[in-house]
Amino acid sequence: MNPIVRLAAAFGLLLAFTCPAAAETRTLRIASPWEITGLDPARSGYIFARMQVAETLVTADGAGRPLPGLARSWSVSPDGSSWTFELRPGAVFHDGTPVTAQAVVHALERARSRPGPLAGVPIARMRAEAGAVTIRTERPFVSLPAFLAHYETIVLAPSAYDDAGAVVAMVATGPFRVETLQPPLSLTTVRFDGWWGEPPAIERASYLAVPRGETRAAMAESGQAELVFVLAPETVDRLRRSPRVVVHSQPIPRSRVLKLNAGHPFLADPRVREAISLAIDREGIAAAILRSPASTATQLYPPSLPDWHVPGLPPLAHDPGRAGRLLAEAGWAPGPGGILVKDGAPFRLTLRTASERPEQPPMAAAIQAQLREVGIDVTVAIANSGDIPAGHRDGTLELALFARTLMLVPDPLATLLQDYGPSGGDWGAMGWSDPALVEALHRLGGETDPQARARLRAEVATILHGAHAVLPVAWFDYHVAASRRLAGVSVDPLELSYRLGGMRWAD
Amino acid sequence: MGGLTRALGGRLVQAALVALLVGIACFAMVEFLPGDQAYRIAAGRYGEDLVSTAAADAVRLELGLDRPWWERLGAWLAALARLDLGVSLVTGERVAHEIGHQLGHTLLLSLAALALSVLLGPPLGVLAAARAGTAWDLAGMSAAAALRALPAFAVGVALTWIFAVRLGLLPAAGAEGPAAAVLPALTLALGLAAASSRVTRDVALSVMRSPWVAFARTKGLGEAAVVRRHALRNAAAPVTAYLGIQLAWLVEGVVVVESVFVWPGIGHALVHAVVARDVPMIQGTALVLGLLFVLLNALVDLLCILIDPRAGERRR
Repeated sequence: MNPIVRLAAAFGLLLAFTCPAAAETRTLRIASPWEITGLDPARSGYIFARMQVAETLVTADGAGRPLPGLARSWSVSPDGSSWTFELRPGAVFHDGTPVTAQAVVHALERARSRPGPLAGVPIARMRAEAGAVTIRTERPFVSLPAFLAHYETIVLAPSAYDDAGAVVAMVATGPFRVETLQPPLSLTTVRFDGWWGEPPAIERASYLAVPRGETRAAMAESGQAELVFVLAPETVDRLRRSPRVVVHSQPIPRSRVLKLNAGHPFLADPRVREAISLAIDREGIAAAILRSPASTATQLYPPSLPDWHVPGLPPLAHDPGRAGRLLAEAGWAPGPGGILVKDGAPFRLTLRTASERPEQPPMAAAIQAQLREVGIDVTVAIANSGDIPAGHRDGTLELALFARTLMLVPDPLATLLQDYGPSGGDWGAMGWSDPALVEALHRLGGETDPQARARLRAEVATILHGAHAVLPVAWFDYHVAASRRLAGVSVDPLELSYRLGGMRWAD
Repeated sequence: MGGLTRALGGRLVQAALVALLVGIACFAMVEFLPGDQAYRIAAGRYGEDLVSTAAADAVRLELGLDRPWWERLGAWLAALARLDLGVSLVTGERVAHEIGHQLGHTLLLSLAALALSVLLGPPLGVLAAARAGTAWDLAGMSAAAALRALPAFAVGVALTWIFAVRLGLLPAAGAEGPAAAVLPALTLALGLAAASSRVTRDVALSVMRSPWVAFARTKGLGEAAVVRRHALRNAAAPVTAYLGIQLAWLVEGVVVVESVFVWPGIGHALVHAVVARDVPMIQGTALVLGLLFVLLNALVDLLCILIDPRAGERRR
């Protein structure tokens, strides 16, 4: 062959590989920071749920109200402790086998036996019946449907497990099925024609885990991904100016909080904890680091959670003068180098934060500088998120900054039960508890009267606001860049789903 | 041929030592790092929302992390002797299987970077030598110094901005299709070419000014024949040997560049394994990177012997 012809042929081949053929099905490309760490539902189940590969019995709307998922409907006995979940007739797994009540019970029992939200639900027994699953709780537990929307309870086919019970293939029930899977970075899915619902317009989707914020922004800007989740705050303004994308920003139920070890001798005095809260310039942090003044936290729950946000609470304020007076009342006096001293001990603390969320280290540095102004010397230790519960457990944690989900399941009760139990919680109170709060949470679990529930919710939010055990710093804005080539884009504030089913190609 | 065998045999012993030392060093580093391994692994597996004391306790029990260190290290070494790298603590996959996936990507990226750097560096060096002392030479030196001084991730981000965002010519990340390899390979190649162009320039200058080149000219050979027969081979040997030294930079660069470009190779896996304290994965990936370094060095040795037979003689 003539060398020029050969060269041209090679070049053509290269081009063919590089540019997808026009006739090929279009792929909706998604980029998000989270890696696929395994097939077990408790690990990366949320990725398979968001990609609508796997489904739970129950799902929820943006406000957290339960909606039917794999369960067509449910009912509860008058005493509030006996539940029946009717499965969708005709629902099939991606391997073509029908969804049975046994498969659902197996998935739920599996989730219950592992550490996770469902393990905290007082379930007495679960039973598979003809086309339905019945669950009996030890006491009335109104929030059960919300716990069945958590990704650890996604329902998989018997063929998904090996003999030892480990998940070896993602054989689920969603409108998309897995085509290729290359953990930890990528996943492609295709539409599953056997799905029980309205078939989605999108035929094919891909997921790429892109941990670095700048890279994700570049992918949105260059048109290499149609949906980019969790935009880094510093890239949002630039993307808003891009002609290619529309940036969807909305508050989600997650708060950036500063956890205090109230068992620490310096922090046991409530006046000191309040002083720390007053020393923090939340507006400054929200404007300068998060580029979102509206995310300044005035209490734990943002207004986007109207059931839990209490409008009458005095907003968390920035008042270094009052902070100084409270510290003086608590016995702290100015010492060498401007650091407060009490009984000969300088006011020194270590603040732990995790690098998984890139805005956290600069936020920690800002808090360090603000506390230094009232005479508290803070050292920032940047670690991995596991070091925060580890420090809680061994008692070495002093201060910690992190972003805590307020809705582990589509009901804040799940997070509250984990974080504010009688002995605190890994991601909640440390060295502090309030019997009135524990009692209110317990009653909230069983209370069915809407007005009584509203009173209990307000009581919980008010107790937490006054305790200064965990200080809200900023609420959380969720930024998503969507290509203008996509129509029907909406963002789920609960992060249960990417809502691919409602999208279609605009061009 | 004896020199060749001996050189390769030496490298084989070196490889075995590297395997042993890298494994023990990785284990010791993770052992002495602050923080609780069980919590780190639980955070890697379950994410920030679900990592808890209960999850960490379950991990500790499952993986036997409370066994004494010598028992765990001994088990790893015994498995290594059977060529078994163990199981990833985070994903539960066999390490050898995961690395098998990643190695191809890393090799592809490294070889593409090496090839690009050879295409860029030495020709630019020869050009600079031909124009030694001029503004061209100075510009080449400044560019090389700047590229060498910038960390690979900064070069990578700049290239992404130009070629992916501004010009829209190449993908910003991922590994789909050959086009995706261009930016990560170019990032690595620029750093390599920066150094090799300078070495080539100096070697080319000294060769062209050497007495034997002068002699070749004196005996009436044309300039082309002088370069082809005498200069090229003499200049190639030190440039190739220098390439060997450069490989350390390449292996280190792969770790950073793969993370920036979401390239599913060994370097990317190593970074994540370190964050999640996934010891078998750290040991496995570091081991393979170490062996890769030894292998590439052996190849360079071989090339040097082929280019300059005296190198083989000297080893004897």
